[in-house]
Amino acid sequence: MSSTTAGAPPAAAAARVETPFRRFVSEFAESRLALLGLVVFAIIALVAILAPWIAPQNPYDLAQLDIMDGRLEPGSVGGSGITHWLGTDDQGRDMLSGIIYGLRISLTVGAGSAILACLVGASLGMLAAYAGGRTDSLIMRLVDLQLSFPAILAALMILAFLGKGILNVVIALVVVEWAYYARTVRGTALVERRREYIEAAQCLALPTHRIIFRHLLPNCLPPLIVVGTMQIARAIALEATLSFLGLGVPITEPSLGLLIANGYEYMLSGKYWISFYPGIALLVTIVSINLVGDQLRDVLNPRLKK
Amino acid sequence: MTVFLLRRLIQAAAVVLAMSLLVFLGVYAIGDPVEILISPEADQIERERAIQALGLDLPLWQQYLVFLGNALRGDLGRSFVFNEPALQLILQRMPATLELAVGATVAALIIGLPLGLYAGLRPNSTLSKGIMAGSILGFSLPTFWVGLMLIMVFAVQLGWLPSTGRGETVEVLGMRWSFLTANGLAHMVMPAINLSLFKISLVIRLTRAGVRETMLMDYVKFARAKGLSPTRITMVHVFKNILIPVVTVVGLEFGGTIAFSVVTESVFAWPGMGKLIIDSINVLDRPVMVAYLMIIVLMFITINLIVDITYSLLDPRVRLEGKA
Repeated sequence: MSSTTAGAPPAAAAARVETPFRRFVSEFAESRLALLGLVVFAIIALVAILAPWIAPQNPYDLAQLDIMDGRLEPGSVGGSGITHWLGTDDQGRDMLSGIIYGLRISLTVGAGSAILACLVGASLGMLAAYAGGRTDSLIMRLVDLQLSFPAILAALMILAFLGKGILNVVIALVVVEWAYYARTVRGTALVERRREYIEAAQCLALPTHRIIFRHLLPNCLPPLIVVGTMQIARAIALEATLSFLGLGVPITEPSLGLLIANGYEYMLSGKYWISFYPGIALLVTIVSINLVGDQLRDVLNPRLKK
Repeated sequence: MTVFLLRRLIQAAAVVLAMSLLVFLGVYAIGDPVEILISPEADQIERERAIQALGLDLPLWQQYLVFLGNALRGDLGRSFVFNEPALQLILQRMPATLELAVGATVAALIIGLPLGLYAGLRPNSTLSKGIMAGSILGFSLPTFWVGLMLIMVFAVQLGWLPSTGRGETVEVLGMRWSFLTANGLAHMVMPAINLSLFKISLVIRLTRAGVRETMLMDYVKFARAKGLSPTRITMVHVFKNILIPVVTVVGLEFGGTIAFSVVTESVFAWPGMGKLIIDSINVLDRPVMVAYLMIIVLMFITINLIVDITYSLLDPRVRLEGKA
């Protein structure tokens, strides 16, 4: 269980001995597919971060847009001399640039909400496991309630009450996702807290916060990392869905979902590229994260250890 | 059994109550109830009268009780847009959503079970690896985008299937159904497949995992030792035993399917509850939103209850656990 990145002593890394971290890396690399996923995701993340420097056009700068370039086919050259490799949308916006900037928003919302949900969920899960009794059953009831209710619906309702906006989307995603983290952490923490090392720490009369943060939490990390990876993918997909339904991000900050929604009305007349390419970008992002998550689960799950 | 049933019923009622409080607070505390319940065209005198009539001058807890009382009598307010009782509006659209969800569930079982069984029995074959890779894709594909692509390929380019709407319907038991006419069925194919994509992947994974686990059991070894045919072992000894978890999950997922049909219905302009709620949110028709949410909550709790009870009937250990 403790053979994780978190438990790796830095001193051992210098020598060519098998450290937990090294074992983890080599086990992860056993799956070519997962490695490919990691590389693809790294490229996507890099593209999103470097968007202003690599996108052919700034899709938010109205001065750069020419309505005459609207709905150009992929590969055609627009009035400003830019080749639109993936075509343009109805506003004359270069789709490639739109996708690169859209990735930025999708990834920010996805990762941001996943991290926030992780903080909230892990804290509550840890509290439930450590406090036990009433606190535990109250928190777990909430978790059960949350999980029995489909994410899309809960998010929909929250956004209906709060209105559009990136922050509101993040809030909605955190509300629908914290329960996964809470359940995971509680389950692991309940097992871990009965172990000898926790007992030893308690016998040493270490303060509770030190036991929780220095002893218990690091050993609960592996399942949390797995859930976290998967939840980032889920959050990105959910955000895209909500934005597609017109309840997510505002039009001024188009994420991939909104780009796809923009192309909906033009698809019936055969102008497929406005919806098609943002969808491909979304798909590749989600699949790459899921591939990494799948392999992480296999590597970090002690039950599957050979 | 009676004690178990009673306890589950009380739990379910408590959850309904909690959710109604949440919805109440969501609508009444976050938004301005006057704006929500009284049409924007009303003048000052009308407003005051309506505020009194609706009891909005009462303290919040009393208002909640009134809301609860009305809800119990089936009165969840009137839609601003359609000027019809919100409940009736939703119930009218429910058959469309239900038949779509049932269609998707059936499709998931018909496609998912055989594929999962094969992948579980021959885990190392190329086809099985393909099936599993496909199931990852099924989890990853954004449903709405797949829906768009289905329309793109099968409706726009090939012209095989109609792109949107419900097609011809037949009235049975006072409700309109599409699946009884050829035209309606053609309209249903794409939305149902689209909605079932996620479930197909789920069924494949569950079935495969179940088969692989069951194949190692002693009773399967014993059946083999007895010299039973592999078909019989697969169909009777393995398949029957993995059906319990698969049916449970698919049953539990049914509620999720209904909820997720919000997306599919929007893509295919399928006139069900999901499309209604999205339209209502976009025009802020709040009574419909509240009514939809309450109905969905009730539906979910009923589904959970039914699955729990069925499960306890199938597996007595579940019941005993509560007593210990």
